[in-house]
Amino acid sequence: MSGVKTWLAGGVAWLIAIVNFFPIFWMLLASLKTEVEAVQTPPLFIFHPTLANYRDIFALQGYAGYAFNSIAISVLATLLMLLVAVPAAFAMAFYPGRYTRDILLWMLSTKMLPAVGVLVPIYLLSRDLGLLDTRTALVIIDFLSNLPIGVWMLFTFFRETPKDIIEASRIDGANVGQTILYVLLPLVAPGIASTALLSVILCWNEAFWSLNLTAHNAAPLTAFIASFSAPQGLFWARLSAASVLAIAPILAFGWISQRQLVRGLTFGAVK
Amino acid sequence: MKRHSAARVISGMALTVGMLAGSAFAATAATITIATVNNSQMVEMQKLSPIWEKKTGNKINWVVLEENVLRQRATTDISTKSGQFDILTIGSYETPIWGKQNWLVALDDFPASYDMADVFPSVRQALTESGHLYAVPFYAESSFTFYRKDLFDKAGLTMPTQPKYSQIKAFADKFTDRAHQQYGICLRGKPGWGENMAYLDTLVNTSGGRWFDEKWQARLDSKAWHDALTFYIDLMRRDGPPGANSNGFNENQALFATGHCAMWIDATSGAGLLYDKSQSQVADKVAFTAAPIDKTPNGSHWFWAWAMAIPSTSKNVAVAKSFLQWSTSREYIELVGNTDGWTVVPPGTRASTYANANYIKAAPFASYVKTAIMTADLDHPTLKKVPYTGIQYVAIPEFQAIGTTVGQMVAAALTGQMTVAQTLKQAQASVTSTMEQSGYTQ
Repeated sequence: MSGVKTWLAGGVAWLIAIVNFFPIFWMLLASLKTEVEAVQTPPLFIFHPTLANYRDIFALQGYAGYAFNSIAISVLATLLMLLVAVPAAFAMAFYPGRYTRDILLWMLSTKMLPAVGVLVPIYLLSRDLGLLDTRTALVIIDFLSNLPIGVWMLFTFFRETPKDIIEASRIDGANVGQTILYVLLPLVAPGIASTALLSVILCWNEAFWSLNLTAHNAAPLTAFIASFSAPQGLFWARLSAASVLAIAPILAFGWISQRQLVRGLTFGAVK
Repeated sequence: MKRHSAARVISGMALTVGMLAGSAFAATAATITIATVNNSQMVEMQKLSPIWEKKTGNKINWVVLEENVLRQRATTDISTKSGQFDILTIGSYETPIWGKQNWLVALDDFPASYDMADVFPSVRQALTESGHLYAVPFYAESSFTFYRKDLFDKAGLTMPTQPKYSQIKAFADKFTDRAHQQYGICLRGKPGWGENMAYLDTLVNTSGGRWFDEKWQARLDSKAWHDALTFYIDLMRRDGPPGANSNGFNENQALFATGHCAMWIDATSGAGLLYDKSQSQVADKVAFTAAPIDKTPNGSHWFWAWAMAIPSTSKNVAVAKSFLQWSTSREYIELVGNTDGWTVVPPGTRASTYANANYIKAAPFASYVKTAIMTADLDHPTLKKVPYTGIQYVAIPEFQAIGTTVGQMVAAALTGQMTVAQTLKQAQASVTSTMEQSGYTQ
């Protein structure tokens, strides 16, 4: 019976994995087809693969520039986020005040505001500060957008750490900075890694602000993908190739760090 | 001590030389930013623009955006005077509206060598406001009927030169064979002012309907609208492809190119791809005729031009004008023809293109396109008098919102969520309310 259950659970897991992976697989297939093959009904599974779409993309669009912007924006915004979120979560987890929970809820509630609601003020601010079409603008926005999630995640991880360890380090003479740096961080490293990974992924996938605040200099890969959507003419194959190129780095990054990510996300789940 | 002085002198000289070189470069060259949509003509232009860059010493930054994002970005950029773009790709709908608001630089001073008279009068007219030309066209289109000649021949039928909608309906019934995924007709169903409403507006026009009367009162509750919408929904349900409410230009073009549609009424610019054997499975079977008519020929086929304009916030107007003169010139069209073939040249803009033997040979649909563009009358789009211009749109700023809202209601009717009567009642109320709020009516 137990064997059947394991088999069943494995089967369901595989099914979910296949369903999740299928769109990516289909996108990869479409990127290797001609435009007509990409829109064929019924869909084609057997065809002569071509790299023409990738060749066209590299010939016309500066992929490297877009990729550099994505990497720079994601990494810098994540570092900034950690710099602020770690001490904030530390204070809330180990020295909670009367309104700590309210503050946490309020922080989370800011994520519920549709981005378009603040488009005009942020656009005007960016214009007045000379930040339109700069990586700085996107770093600041991504950093602030992901800060509530970062604080929440780190707060949850920190709360799992026994308070006694923190107090013991304070008794031994460590100041707050030393306590965080030498005592807390090594203990919650998987949690911090998964928070950072999640932030990088969210920054990488951010499209709304990228499309609205950048033009040429700071446009990341999300803007690169959007540029392949054509008002007239077939474009699915080239759009798929552009999407594959855009998600490839983050997919590889996620694949390499999946062990750390899973460890972080299940941190403290089993005691 | 001496070594330090020598180093300072050398550094100073290097700095001076560098500054001089820098200032000389700045005086002769500029970088312009062009925001555009991604279509084959613009891709071609991107490929060929290094020729202009090399010739003038200027540089172009291309910003390619999705059509709706481009409209939003351009509107935001101009209205907030951000000046991020030097050239914008805009349509014949936006040009007069933005020109009227002084958002665009007038392009009346192009040199005689540009040969403005060679640009079709209807195209010039569409891009002109209060006597000033505010954009130059890089391609223009109308709408007509694509059909499968092989199916017509097999059935012993002949498509008339000027079909009537009653004939189109009979043909569509004849050719629909759902078991073999062959549909009598493919029409736009995806909601949007530039999607399903572009087609439906031509059907309403030719059925005798109009958006507004002379006093800007909405007229969507008229019999003509009711007849047109009923016809469209019945036809699509009986002879259209499944999931038609998701189909726009691209989806229908793909369906036609892969042999699933017997007829398709849409933009003339779709012809090039359907004639291209590398992209179309029906390249040797496709034929064309005029857009169908019903009660009146007025407004039965639309007019649209993608054009390039210079926002008034541009800091490089002279360089931007120089690029526009090059990229929309007769010489540029010849350059495209000689470089990448005559089927991909920007169509619909210049009379000289349609007098070019190479183009006529490569594009057998050329005469149909020319006739459709020349006969599309933006000033008389309907049977009865109207206070607006535009065939598949009404050239007022509010139309984007109005058209899309009504388009969503039409799509709901197509999927059976609402009846025709309910749809038109809601649409009439919605349009009336918008027009009152905008001050057109009391």
